[in-house]
Amino acid sequence: MKYAGLLVMPAGFFLAIAAIVLFPDPTPRIGFLLCSLAVEAMGLGVAVRGHMEPRGERRS
Amino acid sequence: MTSSSPMFSDTIFALVLVLLLLAPLSIVGLALINTGLGRSRSAAQSILGSLALVSAAGLVFALFGATFADGFSGAGHTFSLAGKTWSWAGTGPVALSGFATETGREQLSVLFQFLAVALAVLIPWGSGADRWRMPAGIATAAVLAGLVFPFVAHWTWTTGWLATLGANFDMGVGFLDGGGAGAVHVLGGLSALAVVWIAGPRRGKFPREGLSTAMPGHNAIYVLFGCGVALVGWLAFNAAGSLLWLNAAPAALPVVALNTWLSASAALSATFIITRVRFGKPDASLCANGWLAGLVTSSACAGVVTPMEALVTGFIAGLVTPLLVEFLELAVALDDPSGAISVHAASGLWGLFAAGVFAPRQGQLAAQLVGIATLLGIVLPLVYLLFWLMNRVIPFRADADGERIGMDLHELGGGAYPEFVVHRDDSYR
Repeated sequence: MKYAGLLVMPAGFFLAIAAIVLFPDPTPRIGFLLCSLAVEAMGLGVAVRGHMEPRGERRS
Repeated sequence: MTSSSPMFSDTIFALVLVLLLLAPLSIVGLALINTGLGRSRSAAQSILGSLALVSAAGLVFALFGATFADGFSGAGHTFSLAGKTWSWAGTGPVALSGFATETGREQLSVLFQFLAVALAVLIPWGSGADRWRMPAGIATAAVLAGLVFPFVAHWTWTTGWLATLGANFDMGVGFLDGGGAGAVHVLGGLSALAVVWIAGPRRGKFPREGLSTAMPGHNAIYVLFGCGVALVGWLAFNAAGSLLWLNAAPAALPVVALNTWLSASAALSATFIITRVRFGKPDASLCANGWLAGLVTSSACAGVVTPMEALVTGFIAGLVTPLLVEFLELAVALDDPSGAISVHAASGLWGLFAAGVFAPRQGQLAAQLVGIATLLGIVLPLVYLLFWLMNRVIPFRADADGERIGMDLHELGGGAYPEFVVHRDDSYR
């Protein structure tokens, strides 16, 4: 889970690059960019969730 | 924003130089804030660590980093995509050779980046307070200064692919980040998140039962005085960045300064109100976080928005920051003593977005979204990977005994306040 989320995040970045290259028109470009950010947010959410430790766990 | 920018007159050169000589006050302010928000048993380690991190970052950036951050020695390392040239790294001289004979603008650009990297590496240091070992902190500063910051700085400020989005793809004037909200604060804030994830929470922070344990900062005066000192540094950074990266005229600087101050003031007011409403009394450390969040927001916006827009962006940052600090601690179990993830990463991202919303240029919002997607999608995973590898070689976290006696005694052999009794962990569950 920890690493899956972090691996999803670069996918969002490549979607952003695709938006720049594929959509010269501003409206679909913005829409695609927002989708790329949504993918990154999803990846971040999974990474955050994966890093949550059980309460009371002691680390040395 | 590019190397084809007009040359500086002697007057502007002198003005930027004076501003950059004031900019280190933001570093001093942040070091004080980090120290005050940590515990008394780690205060000396925090301040000495700040100096050591800044030194390591400066050395590495001067030796290697400035080469990749460079934007004046031709197009740099490039590749072609969609018929356009994308510059992903600079090709400047190694170890700043020939620095003295470069033009004034080039020299000032390097000096700005030199100070910016020092500020960026200090941001995660506060988040790892009370358990992050100094050798590991120094190593991360060196890695950030040599392998991460130079690329982000090149992309953002000089001839990099983000800065040239406007020329290549008709996206406003390209990614706008005059004061370093992205290259400094979001980078630092995301590094703080990676450190907190890898180092884990302080012992006793999240007990098995009940709410998380409150571990308040040990010196509110350091924190609040640091906020005041940081303001001067921020004014200097934002003004110098506007002249260097946004090609602003000197006549625009009063607005930049006013926007910076208004953003911080509005953010503090919002945090003051929200903590007063929620807790019955304003919270000093959260108000300091709100003030800083306003300053971070201004790093992106001060050079491109009107004073009223700066006020609104700062106010929103001040509203969100205390709620996010609380959410990250209580709901997500992130132990971030300095609040850097909320203050620097979240507010920096908000500022970059707001700059796109309020900038009066077609396509500017798209450029800002691309910049944000780059910071989240490339920088965070890269920093996490580098720190994860480093943790295998130089463990980030002090051992349990070191954490119990405090980082001062553990790493330095003496405390910051030898006349005072240091509280032990017995009081914590």
